[in-house]
Amino acid sequence: MSRRSIFLISCLAFGYAFLYIPILSMVVFSFNASRLVTVWDAAHSPTMKWFYALFHDDEILGAAWISLKVALTNACGSVILGTLAGYALARFPKFKGRFTLSAMTTAPLVMPEVITGLSLLLLFVALEQTIGWPARRGVGTMIISHMTFSMAYVTVVVRSRLATFDMSIEEAAMDLGARPFKVFFLITLPIILPAILAGWLLAFTLSWDDLVTSSFTSGPGSSTLPMVVFSKVRLGVSPEINVLATLTIAAVTLLVVGVSLWVARAERLAKTAA
Amino acid sequence: MKRSRLQRRIGISGRGLVVALPYLWLLLFFAVPFAIVLKMSFSAVAMAIPPYRPLIVWYAKHALEIKLNLNNYAFLFTDKLYGDAFLNSIKVAFVSTVFCLLIGYPMAYGIARAKAKTRNILLVLVVLPFWTSQLLRVYAWIGLFKANGVINNVLIRLGVIHNPLTMLFTPFAMYVGIVYSYLPYVILPLYANLEKMDWQLIEAAEDLGCRPWAAFCKVTLPLSRNGILAGSMLVFIPAVGEFVIPTLLGGPNSLMIGRILWDEFFANRAWPVASAVAILMLLLLVPLMMWYQSIQARETAGAS
Repeated sequence: MSRRSIFLISCLAFGYAFLYIPILSMVVFSFNASRLVTVWDAAHSPTMKWFYALFHDDEILGAAWISLKVALTNACGSVILGTLAGYALARFPKFKGRFTLSAMTTAPLVMPEVITGLSLLLLFVALEQTIGWPARRGVGTMIISHMTFSMAYVTVVVRSRLATFDMSIEEAAMDLGARPFKVFFLITLPIILPAILAGWLLAFTLSWDDLVTSSFTSGPGSSTLPMVVFSKVRLGVSPEINVLATLTIAAVTLLVVGVSLWVARAERLAKTAA
Repeated sequence: MKRSRLQRRIGISGRGLVVALPYLWLLLFFAVPFAIVLKMSFSAVAMAIPPYRPLIVWYAKHALEIKLNLNNYAFLFTDKLYGDAFLNSIKVAFVSTVFCLLIGYPMAYGIARAKAKTRNILLVLVVLPFWTSQLLRVYAWIGLFKANGVINNVLIRLGVIHNPLTMLFTPFAMYVGIVYSYLPYVILPLYANLEKMDWQLIEAAEDLGCRPWAAFCKVTLPLSRNGILAGSMLVFIPAVGEFVIPTLLGGPNSLMIGRILWDEFFANRAWPVASAVAILMLLLLVPLMMWYQSIQARETAGAS
């Protein structure tokens, strides 16, 4: 083996250890009986008792329900807006406001969340004072805020997927007399479907995990799961949070592995067809 | 393009609608709010709900009074705390970006040069943490760093140390947390860039007598410039305003501007001061964001 490959393999090993040791340690200690979390209680572990405790914690369950409502609505809404924006940016070479639209869909990707959160809250307060809407802050205002940054991610995913396909099939269909609307649903949509699915999942996760924007734009009685987790974690480690992490990691692993297998298969099929 | 009768009557094309919907949404919920933040930053703090005094007041019918209050900015420039927090945030973001590149570049390079099958597995392993809650992944480090945490327990068991090290609530813990959270954001654009690399160029350089390290510095590194810049921006810009990591790992004394904004808003209810902090942050970050966008435009133009 060359010196270069030894160097690269040790870099990769170090990098993946760095990425995964914290995650694995959370999973392992979620089965620990001790309330101290990181001190292994060999006599009583492994145990599922904290899983049981989590599923009987009304505060966490209630917050998870709110998070789920916000994340689902947000994912569907931002997929629609993001697909439109991605399609416009990839397929319309020139239109008025193209630069602004492009900038407004790139900036939210890097904008510090404290700024987005503060600015949206001030907008909601100003709107309430001038037109009386939104009358109160809560699930609705959180969905609007999450859609604003999630749609930017969907736009990037859809736009880059469209960029890898040339327009010839769409143009051919239009030359044969199909209306643009029909071309979109029969040709473009199936092509970008993997990107839309990925965008939906991304939007769902972004919303499900969001702490900062939600803290600014939520109202009384509408704390999301990350808000509850954050207030618990500020006081130190808690076995229930480890259980929550284990469940999250299990769900994400199943989804990511499943989706990547599906995409790999779809791409193989596309290649053999072509 | 044919238009339906309805569309002609409204005077809007389907194409216009495709653009208008996301455009108006972002205009209302992303662009306009900044104008409100700017306006708020010139308002005076007041004990009221909402806690500020209006900027524009109508007296009787025709008299308009606009009070531009520069006190918030004056306050930020005179109180040393804010200047220090700003400089410290830039320093923390910069150092974290450098470490992300040092760890992420060899990883992205290794992934790009791996066999197709291994490459997919390695990529999924980078993406996986990216999909897992950032809050929970930062929380994991509390368990590793605290006095009776995993690292101290292992070191004591091995006999390396006798008394637990103080790691939690130190700048060190904060740096580790930021580098850890943002590492996938550097690896992915770098990988996307290196994947397109023509490795024959490097072979040619080596065949012509260039040593591997020199070939890397003279060929690979300059060619991956856009990937490096894009990855750096994806770390640096959000890290400047980071709130969660300094709060959970850096402890009460970590001086980061994102935390200051949060505390001004939630603890002190000083909305105008928080807005002024946000505006100063934007003055620093918007040029970087525009730069990032131009890099992205170049990357996509180069790809097609």
